[in-house]
This record gives sequence, structure tokens and C-alpha cells, in this order.
Amino acid sequence: MSIDVRGVSKQFGQFTALQDISLTVPSGELVALLGPSGCGKTTLLRIIAGLESPDSGEILFNGQNARQNVQERQVGFVFQHYALFRHMTVFDNIAFGLTVKPRSSRPSKEKIRSRVRELLSLIQLENIADRYPSQLSGGQRQRVALARALAVEPQVLLLDEPFGALDAQVRIELRRWLRRLHDEIHVTSVFVTHDQEEALEVADRIVVMNKGKIEQQGTPDEVYERPATPFVFNFLGNVNLFHGRVHQGQASLGGFAVSSPDHAETNDSPAVGYVRSHDIELERTAADDTSFTVTVRSIHPVGPVVRIALVTTTEGTSLEAEISRDLADRLQLKIDETVYARPRRVHLFVEDYQI
Amino acid sequence: MKPTRKNNVLPGFGLTLGYTIFYLSIIVLIPLTALLFKTATLTWADFVATVTSPRVTASFRLTFGAAIGAAFVNAFWGTLVAWVLVRYRFPGRKLVDSLVDLPFALPTAVAGITLATVYSANGWLGKYLEPLGVKVAFTPLGIMVAMVFIGLPFVVRTVQPVLEELEPEIEEAAACLGANRWQTIARILLPAVTPAIITGFALAFARGVGEYGSIIFIAGNMPMKSEITPLLIITKLEQYDYAGATAIATVMLAISFLMLLVINLLQKWTRRYTA
Amino acid sequence: MANITTLHNKSTDQARRQLSEPFWVRWLLISSALLFLSLFLFVPLASVFSEALAKGVETYLAALQEADTWSAIKLTLLVAVISVPLNLFFGLAASWAIAKFEFRGKSLLITLIDLPFSVSPVISGLIYVLMFGLQGWIGPWLQDHDIKIIFAAPGIILATIFVTFPFVARELIPLMESQGCEEEEAALTLGASGLQTFFRVTFPNIKWGILYGVILCNARAMGEFGAVSVVSGHIRGMTNTVPLQVEILYNEYNYAAAFAVATLLALLALVTLVIKSWVEFRMKQQEIRS
Repeated sequence: MSIDVRGVSKQFGQFTALQDISLTVPSGELVALLGPSGCGKTTLLRIIAGLESPDSGEILFNGQNARQNVQERQVGFVFQHYALFRHMTVFDNIAFGLTVKPRSSRPSKEKIRSRVRELLSLIQLENIADRYPSQLSGGQRQRVALARALAVEPQVLLLDEPFGALDAQVRIELRRWLRRLHDEIHVTSVFVTHDQEEALEVADRIVVMNKGKIEQQGTPDEVYERPATPFVFNFLGNVNLFHGRVHQGQASLGGFAVSSPDHAETNDSPAVGYVRSHDIELERTAADDTSFTVTVRSIHPVGPVVRIALVTTTEGTSLEAEISRDLADRLQLKIDETVYARPRRVHLFVEDYQI
Repeated sequence: MKPTRKNNVLPGFGLTLGYTIFYLSIIVLIPLTALLFKTATLTWADFVATVTSPRVTASFRLTFGAAIGAAFVNAFWGTLVAWVLVRYRFPGRKLVDSLVDLPFALPTAVAGITLATVYSANGWLGKYLEPLGVKVAFTPLGIMVAMVFIGLPFVVRTVQPVLEELEPEIEEAAACLGANRWQTIARILLPAVTPAIITGFALAFARGVGEYGSIIFIAGNMPMKSEITPLLIITKLEQYDYAGATAIATVMLAISFLMLLVINLLQKWTRRYTA
Repeated sequence: MANITTLHNKSTDQARRQLSEPFWVRWLLISSALLFLSLFLFVPLASVFSEALAKGVETYLAALQEADTWSAIKLTLLVAVISVPLNLFFGLAASWAIAKFEFRGKSLLITLIDLPFSVSPVISGLIYVLMFGLQGWIGPWLQDHDIKIIFAAPGIILATIFVTFPFVARELIPLMESQGCEEEEAALTLGASGLQTFFRVTFPNIKWGILYGVILCNARAMGEFGAVSVVSGHIRGMTNTVPLQVEILYNEYNYAAAFAVATLLALLALVTLVIKSWVEFRMKQQEIRS
């Protein structure tokens, strides 16, 4: 079942939550809606679910208008705080969707029981069927919420910040589990997250949103390697900014120069170069005019990498470089020492956007 | 009317809101407007003459005076009771805690005849007060006693949750900063509960002003001396002086609305620090 | 290790002492609070029973078996049986609309719902006299059609509904607001209808709140005096509720009988308090569980 979002807008009083959003989720894919809080991603998810109605635009499932009524839309929705029915056992929670079906299409008690058992084994919680939600850990609640949503065999699965309320360790385990589960059952799924790592690791496609608009959509590699806008660049990973000018394919960015064939037509415009911190190389000798001098301000080893705070000698701009421990050991950097920095890859945006 | 936000998927908004407004209108709003319309049939001069006649003003003075006095008594003792219930452990604390609500649950007529009996000259408590020259039953003091009785839970139940929610860390912080116990109470705890005490005071006062059942048995009901305003309304009604009864009732109703407004503002103020 | 623990224990004890009052202050405060409560609550409560039994158990039982008392009890039960369910139904509708939806004028609506609490009971009765009484708005019409509201059961019921109007609603509104809408939304996405959602998801979450509101509403409905006194007309054996019967007996200097009937109401109050404490306990448990 594919999902089409066509020209959806939503206004809450003075606040524009979504502005003319169009988006296609191909059948069977796992898509992440990624963005900072307040960017409209949850509102979009709720509109797809039918929990909120758009001011304009429409939602299509398999090319047909989705049912108006949330009860008939047949979506599985996993709420951020799970919204488990606290007065029902795990079993009753999962069975709920089946037991509220009209008598004519309601499965028999025996069928419901076997379906719930099946789901319990899918979420690997066979032995907690009689517990109440309050007796479960966060990760278990999460999985029960997922099983409850899947019980009615939804056409699409929608998850609102599915791992938001869990601790770091459980979070990583669960998101890999979700990925494997999706590979098994292949239901078209959309999840909302503000965690770029989560989106990059789990999703087939990522939709990056900001201020009610879509900034970019594509595979994780696409959005990470070829960010379409400064916002996407900034949101996915640590980044250093170099302000300068670009003129006929040549950019000079405060102390160093890069060629930028994309901007061959541009004449003397202000531009910003974006360089990820792991794309800054440090060396003791200057290679060519792509390197520039920096002063080491502080050195922080963080696990396998070392983060180094730097200041350019010409303009005094602060930078951060991330190098491997090996390299750090070889360079033997000292605080206040001056070394050469060379950006390996620069993404240049001519400055008419603002972040 | 359409819901402006939150949830437009849950069903039943139109139906439940419609019924709410319908029921509210027939039970509360239309009868209350009947009172105002009835008053409007009086001329302004008649209205003023009625509500400023000596017997009426005497009843206002008595009712409001006693209600303020009782509210002060309750503000002090109610806060103390709330403090003791929240902070200290003693045998029977839970029982005492539930009995504080007795005035809410006990029908006012029962409270009235009981207080009148207990505080009469040969009653359980009255016989010890009489030799001291303190007459309670059938005097304005008796009216205050009844008002203290019915107003007490308002103060306790407003102050108690605020005291319970005060984090112990606040007192610990004060102690770490060198405050002694008395300073901590006076400068940290008391300011934190003051809005609740004032709200409780206002609630107790509002209840006292309107109270009828528990007072008439102990009051003596002498015109000009111990006749409260609600009783005066009933007296006028029994004399078929509908206009007079309505005029006085309108004044009392206006004061109730004013109190309601004040109490709403106070409650907002009480909650101003809670996110 | 053992040394460290003892040291640690000692220091917290000392700290705790600094964070509370000296023993004698605590003792003084507790006893004065209890003395105050005794003078105003406990002694009067005890005296209800003592006065009722002052002339022996036989007099007590005889007073309760009187025909007028029985008809007062019947009327009081009738009043409660009609007014409590009506206010319960209203409370459910109002709290659903108010707690689950946002709309303009919501806080005004809440204030209006609370209004009957701040109106003097006497005025609560008076407004119905002005509507339905002989000199009231539709009094003459009612008389032409031989319908009696004032000085009859309908008036007593109306006045009781008015004074107990907010009980259920004001209990349920904050409770339902604090529970949010997520569980209901989850039920809807799972295909439940509106009524299924209410009865299977909302109701179990608010059942203790409903019971709480209902018992307080019932206590007031059975015990209301001022409002009922204005509309009843005090016709013995006809329009007297239990509290009015207490008044009549007391005013006839029939103290033992008055207090005997009063014990029924005092017991009602005590039962109400017991159920209320129990419900509070259950609600706290439910809160801890979630």
C-alpha cells in the first residue's frame, strides 16, 4: 500500500504547521520524517493517520482517497508515549482492535487468541501476556504498542517518535529490531524522529522537514552525502562554516580557496562553505592553497575519535575537527600550537538562503 | 460551534457540548435570569429603599461580619490542621484526615441542631463556657461558630495539597544556605502557601455568607440582632413580599458573583508558579 | 564498612532533626489542632448520637418508625434517585466536551458550571419559586393546568438538582484533562466506534472519579436543607424531606426524635466519608500504577 500526500497544509491559529506538503511513500518502504521539534513532522503523521484533518490537500492510499474516518482508515499508529490502555492486560491491549470489530467481521475468540499469541511471539514477549502496562519496562511497552497496532493488519504503520522515550541502549537495540521486523513483514511504514542517527540507520528513505516544509527527501546516503540545503547539512552531523565569496567557479573562503564547478556562472557573490568536522584534515606542512593555518585550542578524546577545537589564524573563526586516535597519536598536537588544516570536501552554498 | 484545536477526531463534541449548554440553561441560567427579571420590575428607588432598610442592613452587617470573622478563624486553624496532617505522623491521623470533610458531608440541618445543643447553656461545651461569661448559642458568636464549622474544610483542603507538593529539597536548600527552622518556615514555606490560605479564606467566607441550615438553629433569629440575610429572604417570602425577597437576593447574588471572580483570580495566582 | 553506615545513619538523623521542629513544638501543634477539631467537629458529631439515645433505645426506635419520618425518607430517596443520575449524565457529557476538546468560551463554561456552588441555598430555592410559584413566570399557567411544582416534589427535585449540579462535572473535568486523549485516539485507530471508545477505554479510567462525584452529589442531595426548605412548603407527610423533618421535630421541642432522625443523616455522612476515603485510596493506587 503506497501513501501519497498531496499539497497538504495545516494551520493552528496563527501558526503554520504544514505548508503545501507533497510526498510519496512507495509500497513496502520504511520512511523517516526527520526534523527539529515544531517542524510539523508529527502533525503530518497525524494527518496521514486521520487523527487530524488537513486544511487543504489530500491523502491517498494506493492512489485512492483514504477513508475520512480514522476508524475506517486501517492505519496502525504507535503513539509516542504508547497510549497503552492502562486498565487492560498486555493480551487485552493487543486484542482490542480485533474485539471492537463489528460482529459480522469479528474473528472468533479462538482466532483472536491465536493471533495475539502470534504477535506476542513476534515481539518476543510471550510470557508477559497477563501483565498490566505499568508492570512493563519502556522497551516492552514499546513493543506491545507495536503489536497492538499490527493486530488489525493495518495497511500502513505509523510511528510517532517510536524510540523517543527509551534509554540510549534500549533505543539502539529496538531500532535494529524494528528494521528486521520491517524486513520480515514489509508493511509500508512511516516514523517520525528528531534523531538523525536513528533515521540514517533505520529508514529506506528520509524526508527532512523544517518549519512546515520538506527540505529534502532521498535515501540516507543521498541526504547525508548530498544535502540539498544548508539546513539539511546542518541538521545531519557536525559542520563548520566558512564565509567568503564565489566568482566564476572559484571560491575563496577566509584563508583558503576551492574550485566549485557548479558555480561557474556565479559572479562575485557571497557564499558559505560547509565542511563536516571529520572532513577537516590536520597536518604539519602546507600542501597547497587549499590549506590554511589554525591554532589548537583544546583536545577532547571521545571514544574512538578525537575532537579538536581550532581557531583560524587569519580570521579567528572557531572550527571543530574530528580525527582518528591514530592520527592524533601521530601528530602529537599541543594546545596553542599552529598547524595546517585542509578541508577534504566542501559544499558550497551561494548565500541567498539563510539558516 | 467547532472545536478549534486538540482533537477533531474524537466523536461526540457537538452532542455533548449541546447537551451541556442545554442542561446548564434550563437548570441554572434561565432560573437565575428569572431572579434578575423579577428585580427589574422594581423601580430603582424601591430597590434601594428595600436593601437599605435598617433591618436589611443590620442583617448584611451581621452576615458579612460573622463570615469574615469565621473565615479568619478558619484561615488560622485550617492552616494549622493542614500542617499537622501533612507534616506530622500521629496515631489516628488518617481518621482525623477523613473527618475534616465532615462538614461537607453532614447535612446542614444536623450540624445546626447539634451545634445549638452542644453550645447551649447546659450543653456539653456550653456549660463550661457559660460560667466564663461566654454565651454562644442564640448570639452572633453562635453564628460564627456555625460558619467556622462549615468553612473549615475549604481552608484545609486548599492548603493541604500545596503543602504536600512542596519539595523537601526547597527546605533542604534553605537549611544548606544557613537558614534556621524558623527562618525556613517564615521565609520559604509560609510565602509558598499564602495564596492557598487566601483562597481558602475566600472560599470559607463565600460559603459562610450564603449559609442557612446550620446557622438558623443556633442564631436566635432576632431581627436587627441575630437575623442573617438568607433567613431574612425566607421571612420576606413567607410574608409574600416577593419583591423584597428578590431585591435582597439580587444583592447577595451580585456579591457571590464577585466572590466567584475573586476566587478564580486567586486560584490562578495560586497556580502561577506551577508550570 | 559497618562504621561508615552507622556514621551515615547518625548524620541523616541529625539532619532530619534540623529539618523539622523540636519534639515539644510538634506535640503542641498536634494537640492544639486536635483540640480545635474536637470543639468544632468531633464533640458535635458524638453529641448527635448521644442526644438521640438520651431517652433510651426504645424512644429512638419509636421515633424512626413514625409514619411522617418514613414518608420523609421515601421522598428523600426519590429526590436522590432522580437528581443524582441526571447530574451524573450531565457531568459525563460536560467533561467529555470540556476535557477532550478545545473551543472558545471554555473557561466561561467551566465557571458557569461551578456557579451553583457559590449561590446561597436560599437563593437556589427562591429562583424556582420565582419561575414556577403562583406569582412567578409560568405559575399561573401551571395552576390553570393543575400542575404543581412549588410546594411539591418536582420543586424539591429541581432545587436539589441545582445545588448538586457541579459535583460530578467538576470531579471529572480535571481527571479527564490529566488523562489526555491518546488512549482514545489509539482506540479509534484500532477501529473502535465512539461508544466503544467511551465504554471500553475512557470509562475504566474515570470510574473512580465518577463514583467520587456521585457519592458527594448523593450526600448533598439527601442532606440539602436551605434550598429545599424554600420550595417545599413543609407539608407533613407530603413534602418533607429528612432534613426538613429534623427541623420540624426540633422546633416542636421533640429533641430525642429530632436527633434520632438526625442520626440517619449523620450515618449517611459517615458512610459517605468512608466511601470517599476508599475511593481516594483506589485513585491514588491507579495513579501509582500508571
